[in-house]
Amino acid sequence: MSRVKDIISDPTLTYQQQLLALARLAENDDDSLPLKPEMKKALEEETLCDLGEGRAPYRPRYILPDYQKLMKEGCAFLGLQPPTDIWEATNALLIMYKHVPSITSFPVYLGNFADLFTPFDKDEEETRKALRLFLLHIDKTLTDSFVHANIGPEDCRVARIILDLTKEMQLAIPNVTLLYDPERTSDEFAKACIDCMLATAKPSFANDVMYRQDGIGEYGIASCYNALKIGGGGYTLPRIRLYNVASKAKDKADFMEHILPYYVNMMLEFMDDRIRYIVEESNFFKANFLVKEGFVKRENFTGMFGVVGLAECCNHLLGIKDPKEGYGHNEKAHQLGVEIMNAIETMVKNHHGLYCEGCHNQYVLHAQVGIDSDGRENSPGARIPIGCEPDLCDHIAVECNFHKYFVSGIGDIFKFDDTWNNTPDALLDIIKGAFAQGMRYFTGYNADNDVVRVTGYLVKKSEIEKLDRQEASLNNVTVFGQGARNTANALDRRVYDESARK
Amino acid sequence: MMKAPVNKIIPFSNVDGPGNRCAIFFQSCPFSCLYCHNPETIHMCMHCGDCVTTCPTNALTLEAGKVLWNSEKCVDCDTCIHTCTHLASPKIRYMSVEELVEQIKAKKAFLRGITVSGGECMNHAAFLLDLFKKVKKLGLTCLIDSNGYYDFSQYPQLMAVCDGVMLDVKAVDAKFHQYLTGCDNTMVLKNLAYLLHTQKLEEVRTVILPNQDLQNEKTVRYVSELLKQQSRYKLIRYRQYGVREEGLKALGNTTVSQMYVAQYKQICEENGNTTSIII
Repeated sequence: MSRVKDIISDPTLTYQQQLLALARLAENDDDSLPLKPEMKKALEEETLCDLGEGRAPYRPRYILPDYQKLMKEGCAFLGLQPPTDIWEATNALLIMYKHVPSITSFPVYLGNFADLFTPFDKDEEETRKALRLFLLHIDKTLTDSFVHANIGPEDCRVARIILDLTKEMQLAIPNVTLLYDPERTSDEFAKACIDCMLATAKPSFANDVMYRQDGIGEYGIASCYNALKIGGGGYTLPRIRLYNVASKAKDKADFMEHILPYYVNMMLEFMDDRIRYIVEESNFFKANFLVKEGFVKRENFTGMFGVVGLAECCNHLLGIKDPKEGYGHNEKAHQLGVEIMNAIETMVKNHHGLYCEGCHNQYVLHAQVGIDSDGRENSPGARIPIGCEPDLCDHIAVECNFHKYFVSGIGDIFKFDDTWNNTPDALLDIIKGAFAQGMRYFTGYNADNDVVRVTGYLVKKSEIEKLDRQEASLNNVTVFGQGARNTANALDRRVYDESARK
Repeated sequence: MMKAPVNKIIPFSNVDGPGNRCAIFFQSCPFSCLYCHNPETIHMCMHCGDCVTTCPTNALTLEAGKVLWNSEKCVDCDTCIHTCTHLASPKIRYMSVEELVEQIKAKKAFLRGITVSGGECMNHAAFLLDLFKKVKKLGLTCLIDSNGYYDFSQYPQLMAVCDGVMLDVKAVDAKFHQYLTGCDNTMVLKNLAYLLHTQKLEEVRTVILPNQDLQNEKTVRYVSELLKQQSRYKLIRYRQYGVREEGLKALGNTTVSQMYVAQYKQICEENGNTTSIII
């Protein structure tokens, strides 16, 4: 079988998707970045995972350009003058977006729309028209739901227009996050965001107070929910599959003392190798206009240490067979989870990260949202397995234990019935409580929506059905949604409803 | 120490008053409504032991003439509820105010307040007074969900610490109320006026019944005219879920449509009551 021909003949791929698949194939034929034999083995036995990043990384995985610089100074390489009205502003950004590399080849960070457009918001109707075209253009050309915009913390007319249009247009792209600070975000604005979130699965809420306390400086939420420095980003994101690692251990002591450190250190070295290659071998930090003109700085990048399968790892080490009696429902499992995360955090912090001076020379932990091949053996990050979710209050309480570790992002998805559409106050109380208790990120949607959040990214259920019928879907991640639905029941989350009262 | 029979605690509820609330359901009710969704909350257990024989996990035992419930063994299959012929439940916990406050305290960051419901929570009014005094100290609001059987004007201390009452007005027609609930409605209507006057009326609820056009209209007209804009009025669609056989026979086995209730919302608006919502 020819892998090239498979791609060329696949009826579910658009032209763009074919092009990217063929490029990946070519990249993976190269061995100029040698893979250590033990790492090769770890990838094969699926204890570690490179997330299909490719053998020869030629750009950082996630890039968060400083778009305010474009607004104030323009861009020499692209021949863009500083914009003077809403049309020039949206146009300049749309041009730049197409030149921001990433692992998906689409920009994973679009900037804070409220901050970028407010200086140009003179006439409400004109702003609305410009932003409607802007959002439509994004949905149809940046065809990948990892494309992510931010709003907040403060309320403003641009943010309200974005919410209106998001509800009205029902598009899966871009992903949107509200940077939420109860002191700066009014309840009225937060409730408008909740209303929009239930209807369209966005915006999600990021705990701005917590992120600022972490001291990462000016940050943006990119891709699924990755918090990274603006004017920087993330080089690479490999993952440790904790359940698979745990199954290599004789017992808990063996896991904590030998097996876990062995794999954590191997992954840290793998990150070193990739980062060194991106910085020293690829042309990105030497030749790309984003670097040369200062839209990003190398020292603002860091490596992301991805974790999945904490729940199944704890259950396995404790010999718990029924997941409904394990992590999420079992204090011993939670204590073990904390012990494991403390150990991982210590090892990652003690490792001298390469080329991340602006991030304290440290890599950061990321609770990765999972990929379809994880199946049901490794739940995303520190999430409670789907199908075993406890009551809402316990669900939140358990996960609050783990959010502090994951500086570059963690979050869970809560699915609500339609009674919540009428009670944004109740959901706001819950979000406020969760954030006060250490939750970093909260997202939810109404069970009946077409646009739904799968594991971190958004898809339309109607688009998955297109793939089911062997038709192409414009959004590159629809296929991930299809896989996650089929192998990990990712669309079957517990619906938080009134069932408790029977 | 004072204890009260608790049927259920819902730690997070979005449908029992404003914001996110902890809802506490007390056991026993003076009414016996045909459409009750939780008919097992109406009476106290008679300790007949019928449920002990049907419990599939042996979570129920009969000891010294009392039915005892082991919550550890219970899998919440509700076989006992279906077995019971007395509109009761063996799964009741007698809890002290302190125990309840501990549970509420643990979730305080997420809550705007608590709502006590039932059954009829006013069956345990002295307990509520003590509970509210302690919960108010946590900075949370306290609401009462009631059928209006007891005369609220006779509980001045409780009214002083209570933030509001969510009152059911099941029917305005005295005879029909008797038929629906087994009780007279004079006190309910008195309470409606009293709570409105003292500004303690958080909301009023009426269940809109299938095929009862005249009664529905009579109740909605009376309540909406009185309320105007002073309090929220919830028009709740009759739903058959959980309703016992007797009720299904009398009232029907279908859910009332949104469209059917819209005509009553219209009546509210004609009466100057713009706060009505259909649930």
